[in-house]
Amino acid sequence: MTEPLRIGFIPLVDAAALIVAVDKGFCAAEGLDVTLIREVSWSNVRDKLNLGLFDAAHLLAPVAIASSLGLGHVKVPIVAPFNLGLNGNAITVSPALHADIMAELSGDPFDPMATALALARVVANRRKSGAEPLTFGMTFPFSTHNYQLRFWMAAGGVDPDEDVRLVVLPPPYMVDSLANGHVDAFCVGAPWNSIAVDLGVGHILHFVADILVRAVEKVLAVRQDWSQKNPDVLAALIRAHDRAADFIEQKQNRAEAAQILGAPERIGVDPEVIQRTLDGRLKISPDGTMRESNRYLLVGRQGATRPDPVQAAWLYAQMVRWGQTEVSPEALKVAMAVFRPDLYDAALGRQAKSEKSDEASSGIGAFAGPAFDANDIAGHLAAFKIGRQRP
Amino acid sequence: MGSETSPKIVIVDESPIRAAILEEGLREAGFTGVAHISEMHNLLARIYALDPDVILIDLENPSRDVLEQMFQVSRAVRRPIAMFVDQSDSASIQASVDAGVSAYIVDGLKKERIKPIIDLCISRFNAFSKLQGELDRARSALEDRKVIDRAKGILMKLKGLTEDEAYVLLRSTAMREKKKIGEIAQSILTASELLK
Repeated sequence: MTEPLRIGFIPLVDAAALIVAVDKGFCAAEGLDVTLIREVSWSNVRDKLNLGLFDAAHLLAPVAIASSLGLGHVKVPIVAPFNLGLNGNAITVSPALHADIMAELSGDPFDPMATALALARVVANRRKSGAEPLTFGMTFPFSTHNYQLRFWMAAGGVDPDEDVRLVVLPPPYMVDSLANGHVDAFCVGAPWNSIAVDLGVGHILHFVADILVRAVEKVLAVRQDWSQKNPDVLAALIRAHDRAADFIEQKQNRAEAAQILGAPERIGVDPEVIQRTLDGRLKISPDGTMRESNRYLLVGRQGATRPDPVQAAWLYAQMVRWGQTEVSPEALKVAMAVFRPDLYDAALGRQAKSEKSDEASSGIGAFAGPAFDANDIAGHLAAFKIGRQRP
Repeated sequence: MGSETSPKIVIVDESPIRAAILEEGLREAGFTGVAHISEMHNLLARIYALDPDVILIDLENPSRDVLEQMFQVSRAVRRPIAMFVDQSDSASIQASVDAGVSAYIVDGLKKERIKPIIDLCISRFNAFSKLQGELDRARSALEDRKVIDRAKGILMKLKGLTEDEAYVLLRSTAMREKKKIGEIAQSILTASELLK
């Protein structure tokens, strides 16, 4: 056994590979002695990882990049050698907002352009009648949820900073806040969307896969200096995670995985709700309407686990678009270098893994705007009308 | 420190006792403008209404992520907020994270004015955890005593011992097995449950 490792996580279904790697014994099989520590905020996870109180963490991909760039907090270089998942978020709206959007909708309700245009009309109607601006909850300033909400509504002409309010809410407070009207909608990961639907206080309007075909969500994050000092431990950690991700993707293991994840000291919710997420079969309306997607949350399939620097570049571009930083070639390089397919390949063997993916690993697949070009962030962003780019 | 120069401090903490301990410490040190928020709904609006210079929040609070929003340039944020530390201050971050507290300050407030607040906050948070530890120990000592009393009762009945003899038997067994008396007493209770 190696030195004991402490790994922090937030109770969300996209921590699945980490939790299964530990609780199913895949870490122990690699000679790793891992203790999982459940945290209550992304700020805590970030700070404890940065300070060395955690050896590794389940982390929002944009936080790993922000930390490496010194945005929002002290600068600590982070590396992400393994994706814990792609996609997995959803946009849930209150029954009232759902009715308003559907009344204005022309087209397919699963087409994000149609709903974004409908949202723009709802926003305009509210302004005319003097109603309060709509409030949208998301999980963190440097979060996929923030960027996904903004990307979606801006495509329909809604300025996320001027026309609505975007507020940070801890995921466990999302459902309550929707129920008592503090927010009209939110974007969050599983299980919270399903819980809102089950309680009859929300409708799932979109799976994030409607907005972006491949969106990196959480990563396994370690400090760069730690990765350099502990290459063998890190490789063993990657292998244990890869085994766990494969285990979860086998349909016959889903019930067991959901059971492991549902434990009170892990995610602590009904395993049945967790399994819906893993299977991509979600109840989207309190009336029982189901929706199925084979892209809802990708834990291990479609090459989901291999870090892709283009994904990091896309997230960096969102930070630039929404004024969190200015565009700089050096910063872009730093951001892309956070994602480390080389460490992943070294731990797992490139040959074995490349056969697993049958789709281009670098596709972002956004529903609006030109195809993403990591080599020309400023040019790419110029194609979008709404944004907060700093001069 | 005069009240006109005392920075406005807001404590965000759902534990009323810990907040009171901290507030008292700050007032004793001459910081007169101290307010406490214990309700997490619409937290940002509550904070903006108080317009503080310094915000202290405990790390058990999920709403810490809400405060991170104050770093962002946005219409809702009137005064930009920063973390109290800069790049050179990792020792202070370490000490405050260890103590379980985090501080946010309005950008531009001088570091030497913040330092005593942070130091006091860290020492009060540490004092509170120590107090809580003592309380937990006292509680478990009380639990132990109840268990020991019941085990003594079982020994007296089964072996016809006096109370003193039963206690001596418990103590000598604990010493021989290098365990606590409470543990021995607990195993007697468990055994007697099983043998019922």
